[in-house]
Amino acid sequence: MSRSRILILFFHPALHKSQVNRHLIAAAEAVDGVSVRHQYELYPDYLIDVKAEQDALVAHDIIILHHPFYWYSAPSLAKEWLDLVLEIGWAFGEGGTALLGKRLMQAVTCGGSAEIYCCGGRHLHSVREFLLPFEESARLCGMTYLAPFIVYGTGNLRSAEEVAPHARDYAAVLEAMRDGRLDLEKAVKLQWLNEDLSALITTPSPP
Amino acid sequence: MNEHHGFFEVALVYLAAAVISVPLAKRLGLGSVLGYLAAGVAIGPFALGLVGGDAQGGGVMHVAEFGVVVMLFLIGLELNLPALWRMRGSLLGLGGLQVLGSGLALAGGAAWWGLGWRQALATGFILSLSSTAIVLQSLREKSLQSTAGGHHAFATLLFQDLAVIPMLAVLPLLAGKEVAAHVGSSALVGLPAWLQGLAVLGAVSGVVVLGRWLMPYVFGYIARSGLREIFTAAALLLVIALATLMNQVGLSPALGAFLGGVVLAGSSYRHELEGDLEPFKGILLGLFFVSIGASMDLHLIMANPGRIALLVAGVVLIKATVLAGLSKSFRFGADTGSLYTLSLFQAGEFAFVLLGQARALDVLASETAATLNAVVAVSMALTPLALLVYQHWLMPRFQAGGATQTRPADVVEHRSPVILVGFGRFGNYVGRLLRSQGIRPVILETDAEHIELTRRLGFEVHYGDATRLELLHAAGAADAKLMIIAADAEETIDRLVAMARRHFPQLQLVVRANGMDHRARLLNAGVEHVFHELAGSALDAGARALRLLGLPAYTAERAARRFSRHDLETAAELAALSHDEPAYVALVRERVAALESLFRSDPIHPDGLDDHAWDRVPRQRGHERGN
Repeated sequence: MSRSRILILFFHPALHKSQVNRHLIAAAEAVDGVSVRHQYELYPDYLIDVKAEQDALVAHDIIILHHPFYWYSAPSLAKEWLDLVLEIGWAFGEGGTALLGKRLMQAVTCGGSAEIYCCGGRHLHSVREFLLPFEESARLCGMTYLAPFIVYGTGNLRSAEEVAPHARDYAAVLEAMRDGRLDLEKAVKLQWLNEDLSALITTPSPP
Repeated sequence: MNEHHGFFEVALVYLAAAVISVPLAKRLGLGSVLGYLAAGVAIGPFALGLVGGDAQGGGVMHVAEFGVVVMLFLIGLELNLPALWRMRGSLLGLGGLQVLGSGLALAGGAAWWGLGWRQALATGFILSLSSTAIVLQSLREKSLQSTAGGHHAFATLLFQDLAVIPMLAVLPLLAGKEVAAHVGSSALVGLPAWLQGLAVLGAVSGVVVLGRWLMPYVFGYIARSGLREIFTAAALLLVIALATLMNQVGLSPALGAFLGGVVLAGSSYRHELEGDLEPFKGILLGLFFVSIGASMDLHLIMANPGRIALLVAGVVLIKATVLAGLSKSFRFGADTGSLYTLSLFQAGEFAFVLLGQARALDVLASETAATLNAVVAVSMALTPLALLVYQHWLMPRFQAGGATQTRPADVVEHRSPVILVGFGRFGNYVGRLLRSQGIRPVILETDAEHIELTRRLGFEVHYGDATRLELLHAAGAADAKLMIIAADAEETIDRLVAMARRHFPQLQLVVRANGMDHRARLLNAGVEHVFHELAGSALDAGARALRLLGLPAYTAERAARRFSRHDLETAAELAALSHDEPAYVALVRERVAALESLFRSDPIHPDGLDDHAWDRVPRQRGHERGN
C-alpha cells in the first residue's frame, strides 16, 4: 500500500521558550515522508500566503495542526490560518472539495495534567472537548478528525530525558500513520490518541 | 489708449481702479468680475473720463485680450486629450445643439427685427456664443466649476470656442461679394484660398508637433538650468508665440493657445506652467474686464435706452429659452439646468472680434455692429448678477428641497484628493503603495532628469517647485484632502508644512523627517503624522539581523515593532524638551539605557521584549500556559 504524505503545520510564537516543542518537532522532522511548515517563521507579519498554504494542503493526505494549548485553544496565527486558508468554494461550501477525504489531527502540548482536564477536574472538560471548533471545521471540510496527540504537564518536563518518550511516541504515530498501520476506527473515538498507543498501532509487517 | 496718456498713467488708472473696486465688490458679495466691469465704467469716457473709450481700437483692451489667450491656454492645460475625449458627448451634442439652436433662433429674431437674411444669420451666430472669460471666472470664484452644471457649461463654452473658426471662415462668404482683403493682421492676405487653408493646417499641426515632441525637451533644458524666471519667460514666450502664429494664419489666438495647452497637458511641466502663468492670467483677465467696462458705449445706450434694453432682453430670453430646452431634453435636474441656463445666456467676447470682422467685411453696417456691441457688453455685465441670483436664492432652495433633484457634484477628473510632493527614494515608495490601492496622487517633483526616468516607468509625475503657492494651487491643494510631504531637503519640508497650514488648513499632512532632530522639531510644531525617513527600513534590517542570530522570526518582528513604538514615544517626549538642552540630553541617555537593559538579560533571547505570554516557566500562581 502506498505511503501517506504527512504535513505538519507548526504554530508556536516563541519556540525558544518551549523545550518540549523543540524536541517534538525535531523528532517529527526526522521522520521520512513528513513535511513541516514553521508558520510563525514563515509569517512573522501574519501575512499568510493563502495559495502556498492551499497548495501544501493539496499535496498531502494527512494534516497535523501542531501547537501549544493556549487559553483552551491554539495560538492566534492558527486561527488566522483557518480564517484565510479554508476558503468557501475551496475547502467547504459549493465546489469546496479540496480537502475531502483527508485526515486532520492535532498535536497539542498542554501545561496541566490529564487529570484536571475531565468532567471532575478543574477545567470541567477534556482537551478534545475544548478543541471542538477544530473538529467541527474538519468535518465541515469533509475531513476525518482523529483524536489529538497530547503531551500533558509540560511544566514538569524539565530535562531532555523527560521529554524523550513523548518525542518517540510522536515519531511512532507519524510513522504508523504514514504506513497505514494506525487503527483509524479506534483513533477517531479516543479522548487522546497517545492514551494507549500499543492498542492503536500494529507492528510493521515484514517487507 | 489716448495718445497723450503715457504707459505709467494708464497703468496707474487701470490698476488703481481695479485695486479699489474689486475688493469692494467682493466685500459686497458681487464677485470680482462685476467689480472689474464697474471699475471700467467708472474710469471710462462716459464717467470719469480717465481713459479713452474707443471700443474697438482700445490699446489696453488689445493688451488685455492676451489675458483671455492665457486663460484658454491654462484651460487647455487642464484638459489633456483623454479628458477632452471623455467630454465628447456634452461637447459635441450639447455644445453643437446650443450653437445651432441659439444661432438659428437669434437669426430668426434678427430677421424679424428687420435685418436681411445674411445679416440676420451673421448676427444670430455671433450672438450665440457666450463669454468664456466671464463665465469661467465667475464659476470658479463661486466654486461652481465642479458641479454638473458647471461641467456642462464648460463643455458648451469649449465647443463655442471651436465654432469660432468656421464662423470666421464663413463670414466672408456672407459678404456676398468678392472679398478683397482678409481682415486682421494675417500675413496670408492676398494669397489664394487653398494656400491659406494649407497654411492654417500647417500651423495647427506645427503646434501639435512642437507641443508634443519639442517643448518637453526645451522645458527640461530650461528647468535644469535652475533659473526660475527664465522658465516663466519661456512659458510666456510660448503662449505669445502660439497667439502670434494663429494670428498670422488668421485663426483666433485664444484657440491657438487652447490647442497648445491641450497638447502640453500631458507634459510633466504642466503644473509648473500653470503656476507661472496664473498670476499673468489673473491680472490680464482683470484688465480685460475693466476695458470691457470702459468700452461700454454709454452714449449709445443712453441715446436710446429702451431700444438697447429691449434688444438685450430679446437676446437673453432667446438664448435662455434654448438653454432651458436643452437642459430639459438632456434630462438635467432642476439645479443643473438652472445653473447651465443662467451661466450661458449672455453673448461673449468673441462677439466683439466677430462683429469687428463682420463690419470690416461689410456684412454688417457700422451702426448695427455698434448697437450689437453695446448689447453684448450689457448682457455680459448681467452674467455675474444672474449667478449671484443662482447662488443666493436658487441653490439653497435646491439643496433644501429634496436631494433627489440634485445630482452629486461631479469630481473634477484631473484632480486627486492626494498630493505627493517628492518622488525620490522616499516618495516613490509611498506613491507606489497608494497606486497599488487605486489611488493616483498628483505627484510633484523638482528633479527634471529623475522625472524623465519615472515617466518612462509609467508614472505621471509633474515638474515643479512645490514651495510656490501658485503651483500648490494648480495641483489642487485647495480641494485636496491629504498632502504627503516626501521632499529631500529639510528646509523644503519645513516650508511646505508652514505653507500648507497657513493656506490650506483642511489638508491632512503626512510628513517625512530627515532625522531624530528634525522629527522632534516637526512633532514640536504640532505635526501629527511624522515619519523618520530611515527608521522603517533600518528596523527591518535589525529584525533580520536578530533572526540571523537565531531569534525566531516572530520574536524578532515583535522586537522591531516594539522598538519602533518605544522610539516614537521617546521622540514625542524629546520634542517637548527640544528647547531645554540639558534635559533633552538627559532624557536621551535615560531612554537609551532603558532600551539596552531590555536586551542585557539575555542578548539572544531578550525575554524583556516579549510579553509574558508563552513563558517556559509559569511566572506566578502556577498558571498552566507554560508550554
